[in-house]
Amino acid sequence: MTLTRRYRFSSSHRLHSPQLNDEENQQVYGKCNNPYGHGHDYVLDVSVSGKLDAATGRIVDLDTLDQVVGNHIVNCFEHRNLNADIPAFQSMVPTTENVAVEIGRRLTEAWPDAFGNTGTLLKKIRIRETPRNIFELTL
Amino acid sequence: MLITRRVEFSASHVCRKEGASEAENRALYGPAANPNGHGHNYVLEVTLDGTPDPITGMVFDLKELKDVLNREIIEPMDHRFLNYEVKPFDRLVPTVENVAVEIWRRLAPQFNGVTQLKNVRLYETEDLYVDYSGETL
Repeated sequence: MTLTRRYRFSSSHRLHSPQLNDEENQQVYGKCNNPYGHGHDYVLDVSVSGKLDAATGRIVDLDTLDQVVGNHIVNCFEHRNLNADIPAFQSMVPTTENVAVEIGRRLTEAWPDAFGNTGTLLKKIRIRETPRNIFELTL
Repeated sequence: MLITRRVEFSASHVCRKEGASEAENRALYGPAANPNGHGHNYVLEVTLDGTPDPITGMVFDLKELKDVLNREIIEPMDHRFLNYEVKPFDRLVPTVENVAVEIWRRLAPQFNGVTQLKNVRLYETEDLYVDYSGETL
C-alpha cells in the first residue's frame, strides 16, 4: 500500500545556465530566463509505502512525515528565491527536474533519522510547477 | 487496458486506538481523535484491468460498474458514521488505509471474470490519499 500526502510552497527562480551564453540561455529557457526571475506555487506530492500497523490502522506516522517534509523542504523553500536562498541551486539550474532531484536528495538523507527501521519507505515525489507542468521522480 | 471510475461518498469517523490514552491518541491521530468524530468527502477511484470485448468494445459494462459501486460502497457508507454504522469499523480504526482495504475486500469478488480489480485509490482529502492493489499486508 502506498500513501500520498500533498504539500505546497511558493518560490521564485530564474533559469540560467552558466555553461551557456546569454543568447543560448534565452533560446533554451525563453521567458524563464528573464533577468529578475519569476515564481510558482509548487505542489509537492510525497508517496510512501509501509506495513499496515494492525493496532493503529496506519502505514506511516503522518506527524513524522509532515515534520520531515516541513523541516527539510517546505520551511526551507517557502517564500524563498531558489537560486539565491538554496545552496544546491547556486551550482545547479533550478528547473523543476532539478528541484525534484534536490527534494529527493534531502528527503533520502533525512529519512533514516525520521523513520529508522519502521519499514516506512520513500517511493516517489511528484512536483507540479504549474497545472500544466508535472514532474515525477521514483526513488 | 485500465479503466477508472471515480465516485464520492461523505462519511464521518473518529480515529482512536483501542486501549490507548487520550494523549497517545492525540499523538497518533491529531484532531482526527476528537471523540465525537468529524467527516470527509471521500473520493474513490476504482481501476479495473481487462481487454475490450471484441463485440461490445468495452472492458467492463460501465452501467454495471456503477451499480456495483453503488451497492457495495456508496449505499452502505455514504452519509454514515463509519465507526458506528459500517462493519468492520466497530472494531477497526477507520483510517484512510483501513477504509481502502475494506473497499478492496468488498469490491474484489465482484470482478472475477476476465476483467479484474486492479487498484483502489481513496482520497480522504485533496491532500491525502492511499493506493491499495490487494497486496498482502
